[in-house]
Amino acid sequence: MTDYRDMWQDLGMDLETHDLLCAALPQSFGDIYLTQENRPEGMAFYDFVVSEIHGIRPAELVKLKEDGGKVFGTFCVFVPDEVVVACGGAVTGLCGGSQFWVPEGEKVLPSGMCPLIKASLGAHFGKTCPYFSVSDVYVGETTCDGKKKAYEILGADKQTYLMDMPQMKRPQDYEKWTGGISAFARMVQEVTGVELTAEKLGDAIHLINEKRQALARVHAARKADPLPISGKDVLLMTQIAFFDDPARCAQMANALADELEARIERGEGVFPKGTKRILVTGTPLAIPNWKLHHIIETSGAAVVCEEICTGTRYFEHLVDESATTLEGQFQALSDRYMQNNCACFTPNPGRVEDIVRLAREYRADGVIDCNLKFCTLYDVEKSSVAAALEQEGIPCLALETDYADNDSEQLRTRIGAFIEMLG
Amino acid sequence: MLGIGIDIGSTATKVAVLNEAGELVRTEVRPTGFSSVEAAEGVRTLLEEDGCLAQPHAVVATGYGRVAVPYADKVVTEITCHGKGAARLFGGDGVVVDIGGQDTKVIKLAGGKVMKFVMNDKCSAGTGRFLEIMADRLAMSQTDLARMAREGTPTPISNMCTVFAESEVISLVGKGEPRENIANGVIESVVARVATLVLQTPGSPYFLTGGLCENDYVVERLGAKLEASVTTCPEARYAGAIGAALCALELG
Repeated sequence: MTDYRDMWQDLGMDLETHDLLCAALPQSFGDIYLTQENRPEGMAFYDFVVSEIHGIRPAELVKLKEDGGKVFGTFCVFVPDEVVVACGGAVTGLCGGSQFWVPEGEKVLPSGMCPLIKASLGAHFGKTCPYFSVSDVYVGETTCDGKKKAYEILGADKQTYLMDMPQMKRPQDYEKWTGGISAFARMVQEVTGVELTAEKLGDAIHLINEKRQALARVHAARKADPLPISGKDVLLMTQIAFFDDPARCAQMANALADELEARIERGEGVFPKGTKRILVTGTPLAIPNWKLHHIIETSGAAVVCEEICTGTRYFEHLVDESATTLEGQFQALSDRYMQNNCACFTPNPGRVEDIVRLAREYRADGVIDCNLKFCTLYDVEKSSVAAALEQEGIPCLALETDYADNDSEQLRTRIGAFIEMLG
Repeated sequence: MLGIGIDIGSTATKVAVLNEAGELVRTEVRPTGFSSVEAAEGVRTLLEEDGCLAQPHAVVATGYGRVAVPYADKVVTEITCHGKGAARLFGGDGVVVDIGGQDTKVIKLAGGKVMKFVMNDKCSAGTGRFLEIMADRLAMSQTDLARMAREGTPTPISNMCTVFAESEVISLVGKGEPRENIANGVIESVVARVATLVLQTPGSPYFLTGGLCENDYVVERLGAKLEASVTTCPEARYAGAIGAALCALELG
């Protein structure tokens, strides 16, 4: 493993605390991932990325900055990567998926908040995430009250640009988001010093569409029975996609999809044919949050689809590439991003429709609707999700959890009973 | 062949043995104590002494200590087992309410199978533990708590957290509130909490299983709160073990 300590030092990170994190990850990754049998060879790339998760990609971003590029750290699938890429910048996901960062976050936030927000701020203020440290600008968005207020605290410490998300889906809301993307583009041009043109944005739109299509191919392979890949492995690929260079992300996902399609042709699977198939819906599963998938897949079932931000919401729907002016492209971007059925919208019938559609497409035997503690938006939507699934005759289990492992046995009982019920 | 079901709960370990015809031939309940491994070993000794293990048999373990039974042929979750056991004890369709030591389960049965279930969150309010703690605080047994509650007038205990509710009880004691009234408030609090959970999956008739099934006053108050009949029977505290024993017979 390459030594990245000098780079971390230069990024101003807290090396001592960061070492504790680096020491814990290999054990948990080994227990959860490397114990799986017959994994696709294409997963070797993602295993390698995890083994140097805070080194290899941050080093590329440092290099980009040395060459004059800028790095934009983002928290949400609503931020249009295309604009940043078109201006020669890089978009990166940010840390926020582990209990490790929560206590640090609770120093600046109330404890009764969702662990994703607490962990994110904890990673920033604790200086234990190179993706935070390497970012020139953070891009926030108003997708929930907790995030809205947390960005004020974050913004006092580093430049944080806030995108004002519409809360409804009326024609004027689509227009508002088009305007939001246009304003975002002005900020990105200022920060990068690069002028945005329709040609550059067109190329970037094409590139990100290719990435989406590649991710979609891997996910689509899970419609097969037997499953050519575990849910855990696909989750890992999707989580890493938030951090990787988009062209390489597409290339690696396409290579993995080739392998999975060949497996399907041979009837080769990682679980026996007929294994109970679970669709997961709810709040995001940020890396390294693998708890839910791990419990499901060691309790006799398999995850076949994630209707979450680190799942289908990240790659479904392409941006229309036919526009030739920036205005037209901003509108095309808005049209695509507004199709996301995040629980921040009201009303939000599209999410329930998505869940039912995906459950059918991926032939799910049951749905697990799991939200992070203190996420009011997803918690409230649980009843409409449950009612719609009951009407469709699809069993549903509602769960609530956070990043700590202390409820894993209680979760195992509920998930185990749900799988027995499906049998 | 014998079907042996072992239900290692947080408070009590229950054992049920069914003969080949599916008849209940033996039950046992004992405190789980500190170690579920030791509880499982104790049960093994008992089954050996009874000669159960000398006959052809299958063992299914359930309950939170289910993984601590090395001689089990299979482990099945307590939800499936309680559902199966209750269907056996009470017949076909209905809603099983199991008030356990550390959790409360509500299980909807149709055709003897689990259709849906809900459990309380990581919190002991609305469980047997709540009554246990409050009875200890009032220096009485749970049986006396129920008896006294019947004689008391309602004294609201509004905290939903066991730890805070205990402080509330201490304040009431300090104010000189009669024990009967506090006991009444304690039972009402647990019943209200259970009823809230039950009403997420309504559908009578209701069957009460678990450690509180012999507590007449709880059964009565739960029925009143749900405005429906709540049925129970002495074997209902073994429902999980009986369900596990039924699963064991299926293995044969």
